[in-house]
Amino acid sequence: MEWIQQLVNGISLGSIYALIALGYTMVYGIIKLINFAHGDVFMLGAFIGFYAIARWEMNVFLALILAMILCAVIGVIIERVAYKRLRNATRIAALITAIGVSLLIEYTVIFFRGASPSAYPTIFETSNFEILGVKISTQSILILSVSIFLMILLQFIVHKTKIGKAMRAVSHDADAARLMGINVDNTISATFAIGSALAGAAGVIFGIYYTRIDPLMGVLPGIKAFIAAVLGGIGIIPGAMVGGLVLGVVETIVSALGYSLWRDAAAFVILILILIIRPSGIFGKNAREKV
Amino acid sequence: MKKSKVFWSYLALALVIYAVVQFLISGNMVSYASQNMLITMCINIMLAVSLHVVIGITGQFSIGHAGFLAVGAYISAICTMKFGMPFVTAILIGAVVSALAGLLVGIPSLRLKGDYLAIATLGFAEIIRIVFVNIDYVGGAAGMQVTHQSTWTYAFFGVFITILVISNFTKSRHGRACIAVREDEIAADAMGINTTYYKVIAFTIGSFFAGVAGAIYAHNFYIIQPTAFGFLKSFDILIFVVLGGLGSLSGSVIAAIFLTAISTYLQGFPETRMIIYSLVLILVMLYRPTGLMGTKEITHLFKFGKKGGTRI
Repeated sequence: MEWIQQLVNGISLGSIYALIALGYTMVYGIIKLINFAHGDVFMLGAFIGFYAIARWEMNVFLALILAMILCAVIGVIIERVAYKRLRNATRIAALITAIGVSLLIEYTVIFFRGASPSAYPTIFETSNFEILGVKISTQSILILSVSIFLMILLQFIVHKTKIGKAMRAVSHDADAARLMGINVDNTISATFAIGSALAGAAGVIFGIYYTRIDPLMGVLPGIKAFIAAVLGGIGIIPGAMVGGLVLGVVETIVSALGYSLWRDAAAFVILILILIIRPSGIFGKNAREKV
Repeated sequence: MKKSKVFWSYLALALVIYAVVQFLISGNMVSYASQNMLITMCINIMLAVSLHVVIGITGQFSIGHAGFLAVGAYISAICTMKFGMPFVTAILIGAVVSALAGLLVGIPSLRLKGDYLAIATLGFAEIIRIVFVNIDYVGGAAGMQVTHQSTWTYAFFGVFITILVISNFTKSRHGRACIAVREDEIAADAMGINTTYYKVIAFTIGSFFAGVAGAIYAHNFYIIQPTAFGFLKSFDILIFVVLGGLGSLSGSVIAAIFLTAISTYLQGFPETRMIIYSLVLILVMLYRPTGLMGTKEITHLFKFGKKGGTRI
């Protein structure tokens, strides 16, 4: 039973990673940029949720939606201000800019509120359900249902709507998409908006589940979500979900085995192994580079 | 001027700089704080120049340089503190172990390209850091006490040898092969350059000198902690190279001197310092993606009237 318990914890953590990883994978799929600032959008989402619940006394779901909307706006602003000019620049320039934006967000938040962590308000008393001897907290159920709902919504947007079709077209071939009359700039902005909204939601959920948020909290989950995206095959949306879940479960197992200090290393070892053995990820196809 | 003449004049200049500062220090005319800033500056120059070989010359985007700094720092600290070795030996051992770590990281990860390499090196640096957190022999997360042994002499000669080796490496046949890899890896491969070999060489040299810097760093601050070698340190080093100009040795040196001075004065306001850093990084990338110096060296500025293509 202990193991199933750990599995549940792992899936809860993994679904947070998966939500962040979706944003990474979508952005990478469309403009081939590791958006390092994505982890910080996640952090901003957590803080927006915190202020919405603790200061403005909002309902959890309203706070979640507010965080998603504001994060979407922030994501679009970041894209328009920092990344748009670099669309034809070298990859290194874009990556460095992303690192710069990430540092800027982190330290601007620290500048205004200090680096000390905040305790997330308790939304509701933790009550545990017992299913077959496994204790599942209400928080876990909330996390899981919200993440599953958002993932289904995303699948719907990507596969059934016009903007989703445009996104798929642009990620396949931006120039051809432009020739077909797709507004590439707007599509990229929409991708950033959707990805950042998911990161914002992940931030609020993270806050509710772990109850402790601070301005630098986005760094490690951000990188781990990227690892999750690589694990599943970057650019592939189901891959990000699976990668996130796998990573969450592996980390929880490593902690459960008593190596909690090595937990973060596990993620990086997975990253390096996957990059060496199968760089295109679990779901990816190998493409050879041509001259 | 003949090449050898240029070389000797640089050597003379370097010795004059050393002698003047050493004279000021022995005459107690430099405050302790400024002396410390000078050593930090030297450490940062070494780090910037060693990363410059990897990013600027070979075009391999490594963002885990702090990992090699950590290896150099810890190994040299173990040598002096646990085995009582002299400092010079400790520096050498630290640097060699760091170079081996670079080799170990380089061989598998240099098959990756661009963003993937960046994230893999970041991962390796983080693994190195976590390993040090978990080894109780070196104090774990609490850190390790180290005696203060770094002086201006050590720091200066560290910088001097780093720059000497790396500028000569760049001008050598191997260095040109590395530049070919930077410009176009596939084309370089087609011309018969063993790209993996040169990438690993550059990576190993870079980590060797990062190890030297680490040894001097460790013996300058009384205590070393794994937290000091995280992402932020790697990004700090990256900023020197990027700001100075990807591919310009003198650019990275100037950026390292300039930014160390700025951050020393902003020490009381760490947030402001990071905000300025990141803004500078973004603005430079948006408006001058090649960095302040591009691939030019400072010596090019003094060669008036010489026409022709830009030299490397």
